[in-house]
Amino acid sequence: MSKFKKFFYSQKAAPYVFVLPFILSFAFFWIYPLCSTIVMSFQNITATGTEWVGLDNFIKLTKDTVFHTAILNSFEYMILTLVLLIPFPMLFAVLMDSRLVKAKGFWKACLYLPALTSVVISGTLFRLMFSEYSTGQMNLITSALGLGTFKWLKMKATGLAALLIVCCWRWTGVNMLYFISGLKAIDTSLYESADIDGASAWQKFRYVTIPLLKPTTIYVLTISVYAGLAMFMESYMLWAGPDSPNNIGLTIVGYLYKRGIAKNQLGYGSAVGIVLLVIALAINIVQLVLNGTFKKEED
Amino acid sequence: MKKKVLATLLSVAMVSSVLAGCGSSDSSSTGDAAAETTDDAATDDAAAEESTDEAAAEEEEIPTSTFGDPNGTHLEMWTFVELHGQHYGNMVELWNEQNPDRTIEITCTTYPYSDMHTKLLTSLTAGTGAPDICDVEIGQYPNVVAGLDTWLVPLDDYAAPYMDTMVQARMDVYAGSDGHYYGAPYHVGAFVMYYNVAAMSEAMGLTQDEVIAKIDSVVTWDDYAALGQEYVDAIATEGKYWTSVDTGGVDWQWIAMAEYGEDWTGGFDGTANVQLDSVKTMLTMEQDWLNTGLAEVSPDGHVDLEAGFQNILDHNIVSFPKAMWYMSRFTNYMPEESGNWYIAKCPVFEEGQICSVGVGGTGTVVTQQSANQELAAEFLCWAKMSEEGEQLIWDNLGFDVCNTALWNDDAFAHDDSNQYNQFFINYPYDVLYEIKDDIGTIYTVAISPTINEQMCNVTLNDILENGMDVDEALQAAQDVVDLEQ
Repeated sequence: MSKFKKFFYSQKAAPYVFVLPFILSFAFFWIYPLCSTIVMSFQNITATGTEWVGLDNFIKLTKDTVFHTAILNSFEYMILTLVLLIPFPMLFAVLMDSRLVKAKGFWKACLYLPALTSVVISGTLFRLMFSEYSTGQMNLITSALGLGTFKWLKMKATGLAALLIVCCWRWTGVNMLYFISGLKAIDTSLYESADIDGASAWQKFRYVTIPLLKPTTIYVLTISVYAGLAMFMESYMLWAGPDSPNNIGLTIVGYLYKRGIAKNQLGYGSAVGIVLLVIALAINIVQLVLNGTFKKEED
Repeated sequence: MKKKVLATLLSVAMVSSVLAGCGSSDSSSTGDAAAETTDDAATDDAAAEESTDEAAAEEEEIPTSTFGDPNGTHLEMWTFVELHGQHYGNMVELWNEQNPDRTIEITCTTYPYSDMHTKLLTSLTAGTGAPDICDVEIGQYPNVVAGLDTWLVPLDDYAAPYMDTMVQARMDVYAGSDGHYYGAPYHVGAFVMYYNVAAMSEAMGLTQDEVIAKIDSVVTWDDYAALGQEYVDAIATEGKYWTSVDTGGVDWQWIAMAEYGEDWTGGFDGTANVQLDSVKTMLTMEQDWLNTGLAEVSPDGHVDLEAGFQNILDHNIVSFPKAMWYMSRFTNYMPEESGNWYIAKCPVFEEGQICSVGVGGTGTVVTQQSANQELAAEFLCWAKMSEEGEQLIWDNLGFDVCNTALWNDDAFAHDDSNQYNQFFINYPYDVLYEIKDDIGTIYTVAISPTINEQMCNVTLNDILENGMDVDEALQAAQDVVDLEQ
């Protein structure tokens, strides 16, 4: 008994005990799969056996035009989501935080509700809305406006637009909440002193809100970069699978799913995953360095 | 200050990532199902059925059902179509009556399409957890049969009693690369032409018999196009077409290859080649039809989808070629069309060619992990290939069964209580019997998913939607296919 006590009360051992559950789950669910994915990306795994193929999977990736399409799509999507999903939620958050808006709870709930619905259900609904058939919701609207009907999910521009609509519909509320929590942390006395100095609403937003929201913005940017690159469900549901006409909706993760799961080529799928990891890490590290996150904080 | 904010955000992120994890795994399980239906429908008989059946299965909350003698040998069975499970339930009762000393209890579990195939592949790879008997959709079959007899039980001996009446080609599509049969088929999936006689006679001012006489005189694709032109000229309405060509399915290419006796997969040992003359001829013909207003591109890609059913219901198209299992789509999704449609054999490019091909299918396998392999295999072959089994397959599932002996059996084929016999103007099996020796085979091998994917995603869209040159588009497709072989 006393030995146990001694162990638990020991300043050296106790911290390790406390972090053990996390370390174990982290090792088991993150480190192990990561290592095993790296190993598998150098293998050809078939029903009857596994063989080492060296860099073959990666060499094949360089020639795989479908994979290149997937990367381009994911990049386009990521950049457009950054353009849409940072300024607008920030604006909404500022509005929600201001005295100008009435019934804030209602608006917040409205914006956040889509995040709670299942992507499967919403994706199916959006697919039916964007149906190329003349009775599809979007086609009814465009033909009422005299624009005629579109084959929404068959053309690059309209397909991407549909994806972005689903994405914004879904994530605006979530990002808005992040920004609201960031705004709450800003000291109101700063606004008061700005008022005393005669700052306009825009000046307060530009010189107080935006700089002090920077940690939140960096955070939202980081997760959005990753979420944009890793997008899968939205396109999967909109096109009812990883396949889309001319691969307009194919993303990196969609391709990973297609190769690794649907075609049971786990080795090649792993190589796709590794490339995604490298790209996402590279972008985020560059982005975080540029934002000064790794610099020593002044305060 | 900053640190506090970051810390809060990080903890929010951790919690949300945990929650997101739960959420997405949930949703993907149901997601895949609906998804696969559309994609693979081109080569998939059960496609549209699945989505509805799955939905039904989920609502009932009990995807499992157990049939037969609780004291008998227990077998586990997975399927992705609930109706298929019921078929085994009916068959097990019959089996127990006939074999009181070897009774069976079977538990059928219905999983969503994609889930079931993923689960099966995972458990076969892991060497544990697989059921005794499992349905495998033909589009997924190459992945499963890749395991040959380390994963599956060869069915050759058990199928032998029925082989003399079975359609050989349908057994061959479920053979492994070692030549053994690993899957038992439900149906032939013979490709035929469906005509809306009611709409045609109304537009052309002819009686039903006159229209049927015209349809029966169609031999070649030129005749077919000429009749179509006659219809289109008669109706002369924007948005009304003779037929619709598919960008989301390769059925049209399959029939063309079968007619010329070609196969782009090259079979089990061959090299895949999509630049075949038959494929080029068909695609060029389809392009011409689109240009002359004879055909439109199928809404959403092919006719076996919601938009396709609507298009047929709206009489926007009045004829289309499809496998015989499409009959159940009429009874399930378009019951108001009863009595309007006529089934005829497909046109050919040159007289004397065969006029059909087996499309889609589900092969049922017995796994090596089964503790009762012999019983499972014997029961499976009996349930799917014996006359008793085939009778129930036709009555309940509406498939064109593989037992040729039944095709001209009056009691079987001309049974007026059968819903499909009631629905169509003619007896479906009369058409099937007529084309008995004209049903070709396109193999489904390891490269097939790659070809289908490239065709449905890129090539057919480029050619039929964007008007790209056929040779150019096929060359691009060949490049992609070559990367995989």
